[in-house]
Amino acid sequence: MTRWLPWIGLAALALAPLAGIGNYPLHLAITCLLWGFVYTSWALMGRLGMVSLGHGAFLGIGAYSVVMGWNHFGLSPWLGLPLALVLAALVAVLIGYPCFRFKIVGHYFALVTLALSEVARMIIVALRDQTGGSLGATPTTALADQAWSLSALQFSSKVVWLYIALAAWLAGLWVWTRVDRSMARLALEAIAHEEEAAASVGINVTRVKLGITLISALMTCIGGVLYAQYQLYVNPETVSGIGVSLQMVFGAIAGGMFVRLGPTVGAIFTLLLAEVLRLLVGHDIHGLDTTIYGLLLVLFIIFMPQGILGAAAQAWKRQQPARRAAAV
Amino acid sequence: MGQTFDLFLLEAIVNGVLLGGILALLALGLNLIFGVIDVVWICYAELIMIGMYCVYYLHASFGWPLWLAFAGSVALVSLLGVLLHQYVIRPVLGAEPINQLLVTGGVLFLLQGLATLAFGVEFRNLGVRLPTLEVGEMFISVARLIAFGAALAGMVATYLFLKRTYLGTAIRAISQDRSIMPLMGVNPNRIFLITSAIGGALAGLAACLLVLQYDIHPAIGLSFGPIAFLVCVLGGLGNLVGGFVAAFIFAQLISVGGYFFHLEWGYVIAFLFFIAVMFWKPRGLFGGKS
Repeated sequence: MTRWLPWIGLAALALAPLAGIGNYPLHLAITCLLWGFVYTSWALMGRLGMVSLGHGAFLGIGAYSVVMGWNHFGLSPWLGLPLALVLAALVAVLIGYPCFRFKIVGHYFALVTLALSEVARMIIVALRDQTGGSLGATPTTALADQAWSLSALQFSSKVVWLYIALAAWLAGLWVWTRVDRSMARLALEAIAHEEEAAASVGINVTRVKLGITLISALMTCIGGVLYAQYQLYVNPETVSGIGVSLQMVFGAIAGGMFVRLGPTVGAIFTLLLAEVLRLLVGHDIHGLDTTIYGLLLVLFIIFMPQGILGAAAQAWKRQQPARRAAAV
Repeated sequence: MGQTFDLFLLEAIVNGVLLGGILALLALGLNLIFGVIDVVWICYAELIMIGMYCVYYLHASFGWPLWLAFAGSVALVSLLGVLLHQYVIRPVLGAEPINQLLVTGGVLFLLQGLATLAFGVEFRNLGVRLPTLEVGEMFISVARLIAFGAALAGMVATYLFLKRTYLGTAIRAISQDRSIMPLMGVNPNRIFLITSAIGGALAGLAACLLVLQYDIHPAIGLSFGPIAFLVCVLGGLGNLVGGFVAAFIFAQLISVGGYFFHLEWGYVIAFLFFIAVMFWKPRGLFGGKS
């Protein structure tokens, strides 16, 4: 039964639009999947001891490259996407290579990458004549006389976006599984434990770390593109800077960054928290969701550092032998 | 024409020096805590934000004289520092080092949320207007001058405390070897709490100085928090003197870079300089703890 559970859930999600669910549940599902994808991308390297506070930069590069290309040069997002990926890869290598080469780890790595995400935010704000500064920017609409435009990657129907987000999220999980089964993961785990020892048995520390960083950064960049095209609005605060970077880290931690579905659970958890609070107390009480979110994060890291799904998986494993014994 | 150019540049440099004083004060508190407890308080700027609100309410709402409001703010933030260590940092001291950084990130959101809940999102101003000083043909803000002087005084006091008192010696000893000192009869947790109280008091002092220059709102911490961390890393984490020098370098880059281009570009230049230095000297300009 448990083996079939994921497939049943997936089928339900894929078929949900056919059953005619409303726009609001669709929006929730799309948001969960998109952020689930982004958090998964972050956790790909975060779980291996590389805690990056700079992923906001990659999200921002993705979101702003396509929107600026479309608005100023009429460049289709299909061409903007590869451009954004090249840019994100360049930044990832430019930051990653020296970091890994010179063994910038732990606190130092977190703070260097934090500088990166702030640089991205400041550049977006400073280029306000092109980007609209702190007010954000809206891609020129291609939906004036049609419901969708493939070349502009704009769709008025949320159903289309559900399938796009679902595809991205599944691809993210697939990458995670591939990484998990590769030699690189063993190498990375060895590096996370003891970098010198790993190097001494012949692991090319810089190359292995750079590889996983590139994958993680490129996926985050794609997440930024999809987020911008879905929301049809970008803002330097929501796609770059320290705020969204911390949001990614904590989403992944709350769900559990050591298990495949953990980051997704984190995305669902944070979204549900915000939505439930909004339904219960309305829009009038500002800051309540941030307060509870912050409090929960502190409690999580102190009492449940393995996250919601991580703790659930541990409890499940503890129960298994007992059940087997009972069955015999 | 050439002379006016130089004058504005000189003004930018002087302002950079004054900004450097504030940054050095921010870095001092963070470095002290990192040097002794090995923890980076990501929520340091949010503690300052709470201190700024404290000054605002005590002075503008309850009508306390300004100096008393300042004292109240320093005391409150100092207490917050102690509580932060006792109830948030202490439980994770034995966990993965990065968890200690992240747990204070949770506190960042908590304090920001609480401030929004309690005080709303409006910008508030203390309403104390200090004059502008005219030196030659340059204009220098008195608020910044006071901040610079107070920041220097705070740093000298901290330095003397660490070097000349028995307690200061114990704190320096703990920061050098955490495992040996307990064997010598030093209670590390007591030292940690005292260090947290001093770190908090320095944040409270910074709050008093910043509230004279800036409007208060719940997200204000995000505008100078990251800069404070970068200054610390630039000087070498835990290196008090390094942080002091790095603060002035960083402030000059922001101020003079902002003069030549635009204020945000000044920040971009400073941040890029920081990243470049990390690759040249990964432990900071003046070496730090690993």
